[in-house]
Amino acid sequence: MASSGIELLLVSLPQLATGAGQTLAISALGILFATLGGVLYGVLATLGSRWLNILLQVYLELFRAIPVLVWLYLVFFGLPIFFGLSIPSFWCAVLVLGLWGASEVGEVVRGALQSLPRGQREAGLSIGLGGWQLYAYVLLPQALKRMTPPTINIYTRIIKTSSLAVLIGVVEVIKAGQQIIERTYESVLIYGALFLFFFLVCYPLSAASRVLERRWAHA
Amino acid sequence: MSFDTAFMLSTLPAFFKAVGVTLQVGAIAIVTSLLVALLNATILVLRTPYLWRLVKGYVELARNTPLLIQLFFVYFALPSLGVKVSGFAAAIITLTFMGGAYLTEVLRAGVEAVPRAQLESGRSIGLSEGQLLRHVILPQAGILSLPALFANFVFLLKETTVVSAVAVPEILYTTKNYIALYYKTYEMLAVLTLLCVLIFLPLSLLLRYLERRLQHGQFGH
Amino acid sequence: MNPLIEFQGFNKFFGQHQVLADVDLKVEAGEVVVILGPSGCGKSTLLRCLNGLEEAQGGSLRLDGQELLGPDTDWRQVRQRVGMVFQSYHLFGHMSVIDNLLLGPLKVQKRERHEAQAQAEALLARVGLLDKRDAFPRQLSGGQQQRIAIVRSLCMNPQVMLFDEVTAALDPEMVKEVLQVIQGLAREGMTLLIVTHEMAFARAVADRIVFMEAGRILEQNHPERFFTQPQTARAQQFLEKFSFVESLPKTLSKPLHKELS
Repeated sequence: MASSGIELLLVSLPQLATGAGQTLAISALGILFATLGGVLYGVLATLGSRWLNILLQVYLELFRAIPVLVWLYLVFFGLPIFFGLSIPSFWCAVLVLGLWGASEVGEVVRGALQSLPRGQREAGLSIGLGGWQLYAYVLLPQALKRMTPPTINIYTRIIKTSSLAVLIGVVEVIKAGQQIIERTYESVLIYGALFLFFFLVCYPLSAASRVLERRWAHA
Repeated sequence: MSFDTAFMLSTLPAFFKAVGVTLQVGAIAIVTSLLVALLNATILVLRTPYLWRLVKGYVELARNTPLLIQLFFVYFALPSLGVKVSGFAAAIITLTFMGGAYLTEVLRAGVEAVPRAQLESGRSIGLSEGQLLRHVILPQAGILSLPALFANFVFLLKETTVVSAVAVPEILYTTKNYIALYYKTYEMLAVLTLLCVLIFLPLSLLLRYLERRLQHGQFGH
Repeated sequence: MNPLIEFQGFNKFFGQHQVLADVDLKVEAGEVVVILGPSGCGKSTLLRCLNGLEEAQGGSLRLDGQELLGPDTDWRQVRQRVGMVFQSYHLFGHMSVIDNLLLGPLKVQKRERHEAQAQAEALLARVGLLDKRDAFPRQLSGGQQQRIAIVRSLCMNPQVMLFDEVTAALDPEMVKEVLQVIQGLAREGMTLLIVTHEMAFARAVADRIVFMEAGRILEQNHPERFFTQPQTARAQQFLEKFSFVESLPKTLSKPLHKELS
């Protein structure tokens, strides 16, 4: 079989594409849950309740002290044992990425909300806005510009970290690549392609984040 | 749910060794990354014509690709080009590759955060560009960068868990190994979690303390 | 007749520090009360207790006969009846002027849009800013923003308006336009509680001056009597600080040109 490297790559493309689809799916779902969870975290952290803040801090420190890969293993091995739940490794990855991402996004949202002038909250309260209205109409819209560039950076990290899912057995793009390598031995080409794949997905996001940060940097 | 504490205790020597490996890999990676970053930052600040673009390209490449891919490339792909490395070496090379890029960004941001007024007053008392760099910019950039540097050091240390994928016997690899050998999943996961908390929680709290102490001169919001 | 607002034995602490001590204050409907006093005397805090931005620890506070210091107080309801204007106006920067004005009426009071809009535009016209209807706060001067902040509170149809040093952050040439609006409200018979340092304005607009120091009300009086014949020594010292221009001794003038020659 004297197939050239490029030919081999082209023939394997469908398999890689399926794997890439899985990677992107894990990333997208992780990003979705991280965003929703993060906004919730940020709002809860600025309500002024001491108990809430302690709870959120414990959650944050747990995800900072324990590396994401360790969390993947904890959930993958631990969930069946501790809760009798056996969820597919795909969803283990989504769960961990979502929870970890939410802690990171949450801190960004909290910082952005706290950087708003205190008077905005008071002005909103003084015209009778209630809890969620205050956040929905006054605080979050104004915090949005400050939140966005760092949050996009977190999205990039979620996409990169999703690569760890291969280590708990998810058949995503790296696994697909490795299967192709087993058949074809074209390791440089395949890993090179994986390199390129992640770069093409992440670099535009990083660049966008920088552009937005510059454009929205208000004095 | 019962914990086989006797078993857990019996594994402690192995885990101590594993912690040693984690710290060893982390420490070496930190030092080499810092050296790489210092070199890069100098090139960026001095804007050496061709090299400057190269450094920028390297930083973008290393920061927008996962550590795992970089690791697999070095460990699995390079051999077919004739370059064979051990898992340990691959780990160091890769962590340096990635760490160097992150630290370069930190140092660059630190230099840019030195207030322009400092440069102007330095020039107006007659300092040359070289003296300006040595006596005004670098010291202040260093202090401004400290929290971010430290944060990235901790990050590098945490990323050592990823190199378990190429059989480097750090804490995660050791845990997986024991689970596979003895099926004591609870116990091993518990030890692993405990070790992580013991090692990384103090570091995280230390980092927060450092950030608060160096609050003045922080860039960003 | 029942006073509209009544503080009785009112106490507030920030931690160990007592900010308000045994305050007794009655305000009748339609009255304009100006609260004066040195910095830190608690006058802003008193205002902020009235719309729930600060919590009190003791005593009683009644609005229109209803006790506000209880666990069941619906502050959202109270805040619709007690409007507040802040020193830094705090308009919502991400919304146009008209949206700033309509937010409360539409989302809190659930009024019909055309009715709320008609009122908002009429009030904007009254303060001379109807042409700024679709502008954004960052495009407006401080004086313009403050006038709009007043209108924003008025659109909620409050019974009482609170003004917390609303001209302190303005450039001097813009102070007059804001004070004129407040004067207009006073003439219409709205109940106003004003904290200010503008002495001349206080004298002109107040029905009653309340002088506070260290969390206590030291003196209450009709403005003319307060400014010409203060009854307490502290009030006297306070007022002297504000007439310092007249009381400064003339600097002996050595003709400069003689020195330079």
